[in-house]
Amino acid sequence: MSKAHAIRSRITQKVAFWIFRIATYLILAAATYIFLDIGIKGSRTLFTSRAPFINVPFFTQRPQTLFVFDYDGKKYTLSDQDFRAWKEGHPGVEVEASSVAYSAGGVWPCIVGTALLIVGSMVFALAVGICSAIYLSEYSQNSQFIRLIRIAILNLAGVPSIVFGLFGFGLFVIFFHWNVSLLSGWLTLGLMILPAIITASEESLRAVPNGLREGSLALGATKWQTIRKNVLPYALPGILTSSILGIGRVAGETAPIMFTAAYALRDEMPWQVPHWTDFFFQGVMALPYHIYVVSSKIPQNEYTERVQYGAACILLLVVFCIALTSIVLRERTRKRLSW
Amino acid sequence: MVVMENEIVHPAPPLAAQKLPESETTESAMIHVDDIDFCYGTRQVLFDVNLEIPPRAVTAFIGPSGCGKTTLLRCFNRMNDLIDGARISQGRVILDGQDINAADLDVVDLRRRVGMVFQKSNPFPKSIYENVAYGLRVLGVTKRSRINEAVEKSLRAAALWEEAKDRLDSNAYGLSGGQQQRLCIARALAVEPEVVLMDEPCSALDPIATAKVEELIYQLRENYTIVIVTHNMQQAGRCSNYTAFFYLGRLIEFGPTSKIFTNPSERQTEDYITGRFG
Repeated sequence: MSKAHAIRSRITQKVAFWIFRIATYLILAAATYIFLDIGIKGSRTLFTSRAPFINVPFFTQRPQTLFVFDYDGKKYTLSDQDFRAWKEGHPGVEVEASSVAYSAGGVWPCIVGTALLIVGSMVFALAVGICSAIYLSEYSQNSQFIRLIRIAILNLAGVPSIVFGLFGFGLFVIFFHWNVSLLSGWLTLGLMILPAIITASEESLRAVPNGLREGSLALGATKWQTIRKNVLPYALPGILTSSILGIGRVAGETAPIMFTAAYALRDEMPWQVPHWTDFFFQGVMALPYHIYVVSSKIPQNEYTERVQYGAACILLLVVFCIALTSIVLRERTRKRLSW
Repeated sequence: MVVMENEIVHPAPPLAAQKLPESETTESAMIHVDDIDFCYGTRQVLFDVNLEIPPRAVTAFIGPSGCGKTTLLRCFNRMNDLIDGARISQGRVILDGQDINAADLDVVDLRRRVGMVFQKSNPFPKSIYENVAYGLRVLGVTKRSRINEAVEKSLRAAALWEEAKDRLDSNAYGLSGGQQQRLCIARALAVEPEVVLMDEPCSALDPIATAKVEELIYQLRENYTIVIVTHNMQQAGRCSNYTAFFYLGRLIEFGPTSKIFTNPSERQTEDYITGRFG
């Protein structure tokens, strides 16, 4: 009886243990598959077999239409630009070319657009987030109203990104008449990551030992002097490193920008504006939205894969670099500020 | 070894009794504690405390944990303001003739006049120089020469100058525990306070560092009014002129240290000092 019981317990333990183990391996398998699939197929686009080994046009050109045609027994796949040059070189020749949208050229405007969206929305979110975190953790008393604010922040963090997109569309694009613009995108993305920034900032502020605050106040410093000179400088590295992870989200989200900031195709680069104020009111191309467009908005064939995987690979690289920066910065500051 | 030497060099209690006869202290008391009740929310931790802390002397608060001695100490520079729900529910604290909880009193000015050294040494993660200069900088002093002067003077007063003068620009976290605590004392002295509050300043230090800090406290008494909270009765005996014994939120006995330690008038004081409880 007791022996049977012991065996049964051991088997149960084994089974449970294997369930946990498989669950863990599943994550590993999924991550490996994603990285390998995008990495391998993407690197076919990003790298070349000849020097300089990097597919420079893919990084520096605008997306172009790809033209595919047969001529003189040879198959040609040329970008819009190259096709026009080819036609000039072969006057009088009529070919029947099939066109594939966006599948030639590169993704340079998307990289620029994503960078602009990241910078603007992070500046907005950090400014508002740090201020409110200072208020919440340093000034506010634990009142009913503050509890309500905290609940609001938690809820805001749980709102789906498409809802943020629609909110931004309704408020900024339509009500404020900002149209599809960088400004609308900045505020929409900024509001989306605001809860994460506030939470991260509050945690970093809380990690500053109370002794520093008391020591400063006991020397006759005002509360603001204490925060500015003796709390914020030590919390800031933590705030920034945690916030860098927010950049990953800003870089990758499609839903909030598809109604508010992103264009499927735009010929001008963001700095080609007639007046400097127009800069804020222009839509831009963005990597995640471009991936969405080339994967679902155009007819799929063997020529569309190139840009899809190339853009996805660049996006992954961007997010990976950002995460790496965050980790390096964190380790550095941890060494410098250890209490 | 060092501790004993310290004891011999400074026979604290008799000296204090000579310098400040009790009759004199009443008029010239630095801090009057006038019938204080203190609450954290609904929990009362101090009951009817009356106390007169004499100037230019070391007053020690002793008593078992939770008896309210630190709370009382933190009333003197209103550090309790930082705790939600903590308040003096009755009575007054008068510093040099001024009610420190009066509405028109500037708490920033009060804290400059009443410095504090904490239980856990809390140097700022800045250079040694900037630690000492901090109090002056927040006061708006920008003149380099004046700050230099104050830094040297304070570090000398805290007996840290010789050890720190060659590394003023290095981070204060590189100092040893005892040096850090003396740096905190120097930092408090730099703004030239009238009163220095010390909340168990030696509780985290080894005996040698403790002896140094105690010797320092003893010397500082010539220029400052010092109130020190301590768990260590030998420490109270070694470096204080007056001792107040607290138990369960009440002041049981207050008098010259020599009297409290040799001939206490209350039974509870005697029991505590002889180690029967606490």
